[in-house]
Amino acid sequence: MDNFLEVKKLNVTLDGEKIIDNLSFQILPGEILTILGPNGAGKSILLRTLLGFLPYEGEIVWQQKSKIGYLPQGLNQLKVKDFPLTVQDFFALKNPIPTPEEIIRYLNLVGLEKNILLKTAGSLSGGQFQRMLVAWVLISHPDVIFFDEPTIGIDIGGGETIYSLLRTIWEKEKLTIFLVTHDLNIVYKHSTHVLCLSRKGHQCFGTPKEVLNQQTLEQIFGSEIKFYEHR
Amino acid sequence: MTHQLILTLLSGIFISGVAGYLGTLMLSKKMSVVACPLAHLAFPGVALTIIYGLDNIALGIFPFVIIGAIFIWLLEKRTKLPMENLAAVIFASGVGTALLFLPIGKAEEALVGSITKITPWETLMVAILSLLVFYAAKRLYQKLMLMNVHEDLATIEGINTSRYNLLYLLNIAVVVALGVYLVGGLITAALIAIPAASAKNISKGLRSYKAWAVIFGIISAIAGIFIARFFQLPAGPMIIVSGVVLFLISVIFRKRIF
Repeated sequence: MDNFLEVKKLNVTLDGEKIIDNLSFQILPGEILTILGPNGAGKSILLRTLLGFLPYEGEIVWQQKSKIGYLPQGLNQLKVKDFPLTVQDFFALKNPIPTPEEIIRYLNLVGLEKNILLKTAGSLSGGQFQRMLVAWVLISHPDVIFFDEPTIGIDIGGGETIYSLLRTIWEKEKLTIFLVTHDLNIVYKHSTHVLCLSRKGHQCFGTPKEVLNQQTLEQIFGSEIKFYEHR
Repeated sequence: MTHQLILTLLSGIFISGVAGYLGTLMLSKKMSVVACPLAHLAFPGVALTIIYGLDNIALGIFPFVIIGAIFIWLLEKRTKLPMENLAAVIFASGVGTALLFLPIGKAEEALVGSITKITPWETLMVAILSLLVFYAAKRLYQKLMLMNVHEDLATIEGINTSRYNLLYLLNIAVVVALGVYLVGGLITAALIAIPAASAKNISKGLRSYKAWAVIFGIISAIAGIFIARFFQLPAGPMIIVSGVVLFLISVIFRKRIF
């Protein structure tokens, strides 16, 4: 099978500081890649580079013209509190504007009821808002979703986390997914591949079982790894 | 009703309606106050028209306000500073420089707004420009609102954010320039900020938010013009006082809704 994404010798330098150093990896269609690392290791920078927001050296080759869905870091119900946007209005910001039937279908897919349509987006709970955003992204039928560190461990209802919801949708829709997190549990439970970045430039790439052992984890997280062992 | 009153009312309705509409976008981008520094950029322009003995001060207002908006756009692209902040920078540099060389005091005197003396030809121009801005803002609205929610998200949805920011600023510049000409600088900023704020108080969704902002803008213009005429007061300030009264009423209703 052809690669969905191939990254070769990627270098990203911001304000004179080298953030990504000579990184290479490839992803097949339908894989879930978790980008793992402590705060400040450049996870979000890598994601934003792949999305085309930042200048880089090296190669980023997408298989075809992929339709991208993106759930940015820090977009939550509090951020839209000051907007008089109902959930329906929020979906109407898309181009083309989805039909009410489509919106309801996707709201149901993420476990929301249609009575939410006329509520303001800012009045939703954190979990409801995240579900709504997932539906908002899915409704344009993306081939790949980029998910930048959603609120850590947020319970979005029914004992489900946003990750298990994504996993369910991934099984149904056969998407390729990129996740950014510093939560190790997510990697084992929900990803097919892991790419790790550390502040000191250590990198690893492979399936979670292949690459994640005591040694690599210590290289990535340093002393922080003790925290994870106790969990 | 006199001929002059009809012209005043018409131009008041057009400018306050379109200012209210554009104000809803500016409020959600947290840049309602940008109108004020932008409006003050008209002073150097007007001072120049006085020096060169030109009769029509609009010739001074429009180029300066529009060039100011373009500078804000260029600087925002380069520095990524908030537009609000850049507007202050542009305003200060424009007016500051002008104070050294130009008769700003005279310009201020000239800039009280001429809505009660407006000619039929000017009313037509106000109507055309207002409708043009309204049409443009309506076309841009959905994309600009998404940019206000999250700029990266908008980019991924295929929106050329830089282009839309420029068109947006040009719209604001035209409304501000019109407002400065009709009712003066300070009052223009209020025309943009107050109706949107009142509308937000009583609206749950986008459609009613936009509609109420336009309605509140128009009501305050009509009420302001009539009250000012009755009590022999200046029209511009009275329009704002009417807007403020509507805002206070909207505050009371806000409690009942939520």
